Amino acid sequence: MTDTASKPGQTEVWITGIGLATSLGEGLDANWAALQEKRINVDEKGFAPFIVHPLLPVTFDSQIPKKGDQRQMEAWQRIGVYAAGLALDSAGIKGNKDILSKIDMVVAAGGGERDLNVDTGVLTAEAKGANAPGFLNERLMSDLRPTLFLAQLSNLLAGNIAIVNGLGGTSRTFMGEEVAGADAARIALSRIASGESDIALVGGSHNGERKDLMVLYEFGDFNLKDKFAPVWGRKDHAGFALGSAGAFLVLESKAHAEARGAKPYAKLSSVVTDLARRKQSGDMEATLETLWDKLPKRDGKGAIISGATGAEPATSEERGFLKKHADFPVRSTGTMFGHTMETQFPLGIALAALSISRGALFPPNDSTGTEVEMQGAPTQIVVVGAGHWRGEGMALVEAI
Amino acid sequence: MTAPRDKLGRPVVVVTGMGITTSLGAGKADNWSKLVAGESGIRTITRFPIDGLKTTMAGTVDFVSVDPFSSTGLSERMAELVTQEALEQAGIGARGDFPGPLFLAVAPVEVEWPQRRELGRAVGAPDFTYDDLLRISGGGKYSAYHHRFMFGSVAAHLAETFGTKGSPISLSTACASGATSIQLGVEAIRRGETDAALCVATDGTVNPEALVRFSLLSALSTQNDPPQAASRPFSKNRDGFVMAEGAGALVLESYEAATARGARILGVIAGCGELTDSFHRTRSSPDGKPIIGCMNKTLADAGMTPDQIDHINAHGTATPENDKMEYNTTSAVFGDLLQKIPVTSNKSMVGHTISAAGAVEAIFSLLTLEHQRIPPTINYDNPDPTILFDVVGNKARDARVTAVMSNSFGFGGQNASLILTREPA
Repeated sequence: MTDTASKPGQTEVWITGIGLATSLGEGLDANWAALQEKRINVDEKGFAPFIVHPLLPVTFDSQIPKKGDQRQMEAWQRIGVYAAGLALDSAGIKGNKDILSKIDMVVAAGGGERDLNVDTGVLTAEAKGANAPGFLNERLMSDLRPTLFLAQLSNLLAGNIAIVNGLGGTSRTFMGEEVAGADAARIALSRIASGESDIALVGGSHNGERKDLMVLYEFGDFNLKDKFAPVWGRKDHAGFALGSAGAFLVLESKAHAEARGAKPYAKLSSVVTDLARRKQSGDMEATLETLWDKLPKRDGKGAIISGATGAEPATSEERGFLKKHADFPVRSTGTMFGHTMETQFPLGIALAALSISRGALFPPNDSTGTEVEMQGAPTQIVVVGAGHWRGEGMALVEAI
Repeated sequence: MTAPRDKLGRPVVVVTGMGITTSLGAGKADNWSKLVAGESGIRTITRFPIDGLKTTMAGTVDFVSVDPFSSTGLSERMAELVTQEALEQAGIGARGDFPGPLFLAVAPVEVEWPQRRELGRAVGAPDFTYDDLLRISGGGKYSAYHHRFMFGSVAAHLAETFGTKGSPISLSTACASGATSIQLGVEAIRRGETDAALCVATDGTVNPEALVRFSLLSALSTQNDPPQAASRPFSKNRDGFVMAEGAGALVLESYEAATARGARILGVIAGCGELTDSFHRTRSSPDGKPIIGCMNKTLADAGMTPDQIDHINAHGTATPENDKMEYNTTSAVFGDLLQKIPVTSNKSMVGHTISAAGAVEAIFSLLTLEHQRIPPTINYDNPDPTILFDVVGNKARDARVTAVMSNSFGFGGQNASLILTREPA
């Protein structure tokens, strides 16, 4: 197990910036309002029989002023650069060259969309008999846009954030689906807590409106089909609906935040992650239980924000874990935002910090009884992220 | 008697195991003997048809077989081989029970052409759309491809095979990835989170589309004939890098833990540094400040001054821009001292192993420290008169080497440097 908890002598780490661009809207107020209204944005037709949570359109110009920069990016990068800009705004450090020149970045990323026309063109030509040895080479040489590669490369989300905002600290990109988002937060937290770093930009972005990703997840029969249902109500109709979202956080040492008069949303006290073997039923649930025990003591008013995907058997195992902690009201980001893969965990931390800062957990949206009403202001929220296939993570977000 | 802590009070991080595979061969012994002999691993590609390609050579690892073949599968198999070699040397933990986390540098993963073509054939009609591919993807027939093409799949496999602890991290910082994997391991040990870390970097992505992608960015050498002469770092007639495959693994431990168990210390990771360039997606800031800052940060991290570096293992890709920029920035950091510092580029022989390069070259740097012999930069017949490095041209050179700086620069403004020494400072 790898874990990061504030230890004696280590500095406290605050969440001082949050940037969200999701299927429910951009910015904290729009997302909060949609959550209050239990509004879900799903598209059941555009990719039928598959279901997606499409990005609610944003004006990219406001965070990516140069059209040339926008053209160099694929949608997943534009969403991420946009959300990262919102996070810097929210922390009050946009354009602050002193801070931006040293801010550390840990980004959780997949890759960019393929050119589906090129792929289909090659395959149909081959189906019609094109079989010269150099056929694929020649088609790729003539049909691929030269800059597409950069729009697909995993570390070019971080690269584009740096270019657009002038960041000059360190830049690390973690891959590996859901748990990459948790590990990004874990490493950033541990670097700040130990004094290796003062301030970090952490997060990810995902474009769920992509047929090439649907093919990949369809290989494993993971896509939700035909009809939307909240995550906890999919047991007999399992799967995830991909979602588009960017979620970024500014994490900062308490001393650094206080010195510049920054107001925190909440404190990120601990992030723990692991890799359950998932060979037998119960493996994942046991790992979640172990992670739960690794978190600092919870004696406040607690809640859980889960990133459960709706895919099986992971979601049932997680439900088993949640049942053992039924005194913690649960909310599902998967129901409200869809499955945003690498972004789901940072999104969960963002919503935990937002809930704490607004003095209320957002309302339940579930008919199975897994999610129940919560009265009063939460002071400790546990973010749970269990991957659809591999990887488990947990974070504790606390009121200051 | 050496202190277990460095000048900044952090645990000293040492290397106790190394494993390597490149186009030169498998293992440290084979690689080192060929490297100092000036042999090239670059050859004409035979893995797939080269018709219609501008660049037809690469440093492929053809002696490792994977069935069914995929670039991700080859990356995984090479990573497994180098990790086995490193663990055997380190003699740490028990079989399948490595006492620390895994940091894996790996190329970004996606479904590849052989699998895409299989899907295309399965549609069974001459005309179809992408939706038809999507329609036949489910039902379990291709479930193995889901598992294969998860970004985290290689790391999960290694973690399960070698019993590393916690969540394995898969990372990409483009051509600096290998260095970043080492840096993450060093930091974890310095923070006291673990006494040991397994840092692995692997890249098996010489496939048609990857080659075409780099080709379309005009990044690759097209001096195909003879292939062995294509990679020409610091030469006037250099024209791009040569794609290559390979993997490297390092077992890192705190000095204290390594000495307590009586492990043989192969070298020290004295310093790591990293600095982002926000100038452009593929080009360095013309003033070189981010690279200069990266090297200075690394020196500061090691608590060393430029006069203590007696060898530079350059990034040395042989692209016109990189080598020029690397000389300008290195000379800004080292000034007149640079004349006395031998510089070499392993990429002249093994090509550019992309995601693996930082780790592959760190291992070659540690072998340089061990053997007190600097491998040559081959194909150095026509020196670029504006690059005034003391290049170890064409023939290996015996030298007193106590501290090596190894540099890695990548797309997306990624700059990372390491300082490796024989003994703790």
